Amino acid sequence: MRDVAIIGTGCTKFGELWDRSLRDIFVEAGVSAIVDAGIQGEEIDGLYMGNMSGGRFVEQEHVGSLIADYSGLASELHVPATRVEAACASGGLALRQGILAVASGYADIIVAAGGEKMTDVDLDTATDALAAAADREWEGIMGATFPGLYAMIARLHMHKYGTTSEQMAAVSVKNHHNGTMNPIAQFKNEITIDTVLRSNMVADPLHMFDCSPISDGAAAVVLAPADVAKKYTDTPIYVKATTQASSPISLHDRADITTLDASVVAGQRAYKMAGLTPDDIDLVEVHDCFTIAEICAIEDLGFFKKGDGGRASEDGETAIGSRIPVNTSGGLKACGHPVGATGIKQAVEITKQLRGTAGKSQVDGAGIGMAHNVGGSGGTAVVHIFSRDR
Amino acid sequence: MTVARFWRKIPHRYNLIGTHCTTCGEYYFPPRQMCPTCRRDGKIESYQFEGKGEVITYAVIHTAAKGYANQVPYNLAIIKLDEGPSLTGQVICEPGELEIGTRVRPVFRKLGEESEKGMIYYGTKFVPE
Repeated sequence: MRDVAIIGTGCTKFGELWDRSLRDIFVEAGVSAIVDAGIQGEEIDGLYMGNMSGGRFVEQEHVGSLIADYSGLASELHVPATRVEAACASGGLALRQGILAVASGYADIIVAAGGEKMTDVDLDTATDALAAAADREWEGIMGATFPGLYAMIARLHMHKYGTTSEQMAAVSVKNHHNGTMNPIAQFKNEITIDTVLRSNMVADPLHMFDCSPISDGAAAVVLAPADVAKKYTDTPIYVKATTQASSPISLHDRADITTLDASVVAGQRAYKMAGLTPDDIDLVEVHDCFTIAEICAIEDLGFFKKGDGGRASEDGETAIGSRIPVNTSGGLKACGHPVGATGIKQAVEITKQLRGTAGKSQVDGAGIGMAHNVGGSGGTAVVHIFSRDR
Repeated sequence: MTVARFWRKIPHRYNLIGTHCTTCGEYYFPPRQMCPTCRRDGKIESYQFEGKGEVITYAVIHTAAKGYANQVPYNLAIIKLDEGPSLTGQVICEPGELEIGTRVRPVFRKLGEESEKGMIYYGTKFVPE
């Protein structure tokens, strides 16, 4: 197996992109990534694309061919394009497939992208498309929504560990603050604890401001063998670990409702693969589809002990400048959550930080970063560790 | 959704029939044909659950799933059946009547509908014992 590096990144703005189609945003992100990497189309050996539900959101399947075509890579170059799906972890999984392809030696240059166009349908359809990430026959038909499933995680977390609505709100306040410093973020406004607590209940105990939004957006990274990465860029970012774990798709089948054991296992596998511990990680992008999800993630990935995530969030221990800055991009909450794009956007953010080009949100001396992408309520978790130094 | 999709599961959906692995003794609801513990060594048979159990956690849904808008707010819960497995279902009761640890029993109810003139889904909901 060969070491792999990220040599270029690209990302569209996240938000309601009503003047753009799915192909437009995928192509924009991909082109910015290859321009950043300084490569030509002829050099690309393959494309991996995270896209959860083109079929439901824009009634378009066969997304691989479509994007290869509109990227100018299909009619003459016939570049292979593979769509990857694992609900909200589709992006992280596309990245992982790309890394495996380069590591194996089957491919040299791969573009791993993710994109979703979610605002072309009404809220009911979007909610239902997202509900397909849960067990349709045994959760969905009972009236479960995604906020409902995470609300049940939150309720039990509050019951077992004394986590409060204010602590969950603190996650949202911090991520909105980080979002104000990210040019691509969907929301760039500061909010307060009161903003969260006064917003409508979506699924009690989760308020609207505990939930990530419905978004359009796409992101892409270019991967190359680490040995040749410096040919393309002075600042390659090295992949130290790529891991993935499965867990029962239904929340009710998990050993502990307040632990996403797929996150725990993917995290442990990643630390082992990289030869690192949570103390070595300088910053992390976690999958905060709901505020409680960030609290669970920082516990499950070993940054705080189980039950301590709410307190840590409230006490500012996840802010930029603290021991472990979490979601410097604004996370899913403020940066936005075009589901297929999120896992790639996390890698784009970590790359930006490790290159030292994150501007106002720059984490001082960032050398090692982690990205954590979850599918559904925890049926899939994908974890990556990246490093500035090889 | 189509008629076939929900008719094919009638015995399980309407009667809380799950499965039981006689090799390791575990009970499964929803039914599983492959025991996660014994895998191919498992011997799976059908099992009728009584359906009584305890609420492990719950949420009060205000923004409904598609087809459930006329039921809001409704209580969505994870219920641990006395035989062991947990399932997701609705608990019908007044706000304040439900907490973690509440004992519940099953009732046969309308779950949801496609539209005013569309398919109606029936199945199991729960009420406090």
